[in-house]
Amino acid sequence: MTQSDLITILPLLALVVWACALLLVDLFIPKGRKGWTALLAAAGLALTMGLTLAQAGREASGFGGMLRLDGFSTFLNVLFLGSGLLGVAVAYGYLKRMDLERGEFYSLLLFSITGMMLMAQAADLIVIFLALELLSIPLYVLAAFARPRADSEEAGLKYFLLGAFSTGFVVYGITLVFGATGTTSLAKIVEVLAAGSLGTGSLLLTIGAALILVGFSFKVAAVPFHMWTPDVYQGAPTPVTAFMSVGAKAAGFAALMRIFVMAFPSLSADLTPVLWALAALTMFIGNIIAISQTNIKRMLAYSSIAHAGYILMALVAYGNPAVAADSVASALFYLVAYAVTSFGAWSVVMSLEKPDAKGLEINDFAGLGRRNPLLAAAMTIFMLSFTGMPPTLGLVGKFFLFRTAIEGGFIGLAIIGVLTSLISAYYYLRVVVTMYMREGEPQAEGEYWLTFTTVVTALATVVLQFLPAALFALAAGAVLK
Amino acid sequence: MDLTLILFIILAVTAIATALGLLISRNAVYAALFLVMNFACVAIFYLLLGAPFIAMAQVTVYAGAIMVLFLFVIMLLGAEKLPKGDVLPVQRPLAIGAAVILLAEAVILLVQRFQSTAMLQAPGTVENSMDSLREMSGLLFTEYLLPFEVTSILLLVAMVGAIVLTKQEKGTRG
Amino acid sequence: MNFGSIPLTYYLVLSAALFTMGALGVLIRRNALIIFMSVELMLNAANLAFVAFARQYGVFTGQLFVFFVMTVAAAEVAVGLALIVAIFRTKHSIDVDQMSSLKG
Repeated sequence: MTQSDLITILPLLALVVWACALLLVDLFIPKGRKGWTALLAAAGLALTMGLTLAQAGREASGFGGMLRLDGFSTFLNVLFLGSGLLGVAVAYGYLKRMDLERGEFYSLLLFSITGMMLMAQAADLIVIFLALELLSIPLYVLAAFARPRADSEEAGLKYFLLGAFSTGFVVYGITLVFGATGTTSLAKIVEVLAAGSLGTGSLLLTIGAALILVGFSFKVAAVPFHMWTPDVYQGAPTPVTAFMSVGAKAAGFAALMRIFVMAFPSLSADLTPVLWALAALTMFIGNIIAISQTNIKRMLAYSSIAHAGYILMALVAYGNPAVAADSVASALFYLVAYAVTSFGAWSVVMSLEKPDAKGLEINDFAGLGRRNPLLAAAMTIFMLSFTGMPPTLGLVGKFFLFRTAIEGGFIGLAIIGVLTSLISAYYYLRVVVTMYMREGEPQAEGEYWLTFTTVVTALATVVLQFLPAALFALAAGAVLK
Repeated sequence: MDLTLILFIILAVTAIATALGLLISRNAVYAALFLVMNFACVAIFYLLLGAPFIAMAQVTVYAGAIMVLFLFVIMLLGAEKLPKGDVLPVQRPLAIGAAVILLAEAVILLVQRFQSTAMLQAPGTVENSMDSLREMSGLLFTEYLLPFEVTSILLLVAMVGAIVLTKQEKGTRG
Repeated sequence: MNFGSIPLTYYLVLSAALFTMGALGVLIRRNALIIFMSVELMLNAANLAFVAFARQYGVFTGQLFVFFVMTVAAAEVAVGLALIVAIFRTKHSIDVDQMSSLKG
C-alpha cells in the first residue's frame, strides 16, 4: 500500500475500523445504557468527518485508480457523515421509546455509511457494485429492525427483494459494459471510448449503461421503479426511513453521476430522452399520488419519489455540454437542500409517533400549532422548503435546477417541474393548515436530541440558502475532470 | 458439427429447461433442485471457457452452500407446497415489457453474429492450468486488494445482520 | 476437442435468455423464496456472460468479478434467508401478496 493509497482510503478506513470496534465494545455495554454506544458511534462519525474535512481540497487516486479522492467525493462524504450524525441523534431516543434498544443498530448504520462513502469515491465498476451492496445490506437489516412487528419485517423483505432484483440489473449492466470495452475501470473506459474503436460494441455499451441506469433508478426510487418506496418507508423504523431517504438516495445519485458523467459523457446524449421521460414521470406520478395519502410517512415517501425526479432533471440537462458543470452543481445543491429538509420533516414525524405505528396520520398533526408552536413552525419551514417557497433552501435549490434545465434547452421539462411543484403545494400546505387551523391535542415528544435535530435542520433550511454557489461548482468540477 | 458444439447445445438446452422449471414449478423444493441443475450446467460452461477455478467455486459455493441453505430453509419452514396462484394482474404488463426488451437484446446479439466478425474471432487464449489460478490469486492480493477487503467487510455485515434478524430476545416473542 | 471453438455470441444469447427468465420469475412469482432464487438466476446469467467476455479479451478481470459476485450473493443469501425465516415466524406465510399490513 503506497502513501497515495493510504491518503485516499484514510477516512473510509477510520470509519470501518471504528464500526468493527463498536461492534465489540457494545458487547460490554449493558442493556439500558446503550446511550454510550450511540455516543461512540457519533464520535466515530465526527472523527471521520474531521479526517474528511482535513483532506478537503486534496486530490488523490489510490489502488490502481479504483478509488478517488476529489472535491466530489469530499462533498458527498460530508453529506453522508452529516446525515449519519443526524441519524444517530434521532435514533437514540426513538429506539429507547419504542423498546428497540440494540447496539447493533449503530454498527450497521456506520457500515452503511462506509458503503456510501465508498460509492462516492469509487472509480471502478467492481468497487461501485461492492459499495452498492455494502450500503444496502445493512439497510435491509435496519428496515426490519423493529421485528417482530410485522410491518417492519415486511418492509425489510420488500426492500431486500427489490434491492436484490436491482442489483441483478446493475451486475448485468456492468457485464455488458465490460464486454464492450474490456475493462471495468472508469478511467480506462474513457480511454477506450476516446479511441473510438468500439464498432458493434457500442450497442452493448448502450444497453449496459441503460441496465445500470435501471438498477440505480430502483435505488433512488424513480418512477416506474418506485413501487417499493411507500411500503418500505412506512414499515421501517422512522429513523431508518429518514436515513434511507437521504443517504441511500444521495449515494445512488453519486454513483449515477460518477458513471454517467465521468465514464459515458458521449452516451449521455443518447440517453437524454430516456432520462427526460424518467424525470418527467417521476415528478408527475410522485406528486400526484402524494395528494391522496393520509399517512404522513407514505406522503413523505411519495414526496421523496418526486424529489428524485427533480434531481434527475439535472442529469437530463447534463446531455447539453454547455450546462454540464452547472447541472452537476445544481444536482449536488439540491441533494443538500433535500437532505436537510427531509431529515427535519422526519424528525418532526418522530416527535409525534407513538408505539405500534400510531400518531402517523396527517390528522394527528391537528392542533400542533397551539400545543407546540416551535415544532409546528419547524414543520412549516420544512413543508415550504419541500414546495420550493421562500424563505427556504428548497427555493434556491429548485431555482438552480430549473435555471439549468432552461439554459440547457429543456424548457418543457422545466415547465413540468414548475407545474408539479404547484401541485405539491397542495399536499404540503395541507399539513400546515391541519396544524394551525384544526383542533386537536397532539402529544409531542420532548426528547432532547430529537428537538435538537429539528431545530438545527430548521435553522439550516433557512440559513444555508446563502451558501455560495461557487462551492458546488468546485465539487462539480472535480467529477468532470 | 463438431463435438463441442453438440455438447454446448445439450448443456444450453438443459440450462434453459431447468430455468423454465424454476419459473413454473409449484413446489419450492423442485424449484431449488432445478436451480442446482442450472448452476451445474453453468459450471460446465465455465470449464469450457477456461475458468476451472470459477467452475469449482460455482459448484461448491453456489450449487453447494447457497442452494443447500435454500433447501434447508424451505424444509425448516415446511414451505415446499406452494398454493395455486395466478400471475399478478398489475405486474403482467411490466413483466412482458421487461421480457420483450431483454429478448430484443438477445435477438440483436444474434443478428450481430452475422454482421460482426470480431465477435467470432478466435478467442484469446487463457491457459486452462494451475498457472492461471496462481496468477489470479496474485491479482487478488495486489491489484484487486481493495475489492477483496470490501468483500470481507461485506461478509461480516451479513453475519451481524443475520444474527440481528433471527436472535430471539429474552422476554419477547419472536 | 477444441474447447475454444464456440463463438462468444452463443454464450451471450444463452446468458440473455437466462437473465430474462430470472427477471420474469421475479415479476410473476409471489413466493419470496422463489423470487429470491430467480434473482440468483439473474446473477448467474451475468456471471456466465462475464466469463465469456473475459475469455474473449484474454484477461482475468472477468473471473475475479465473478468471484466477487459470488461472495456478494453469499452475503445476500445470509441476510435474505434470515429475513424470510424471521417473517415466517411472525406471519406463517412468505407470500408477498399476503403482506397486507402494508398497502401497495
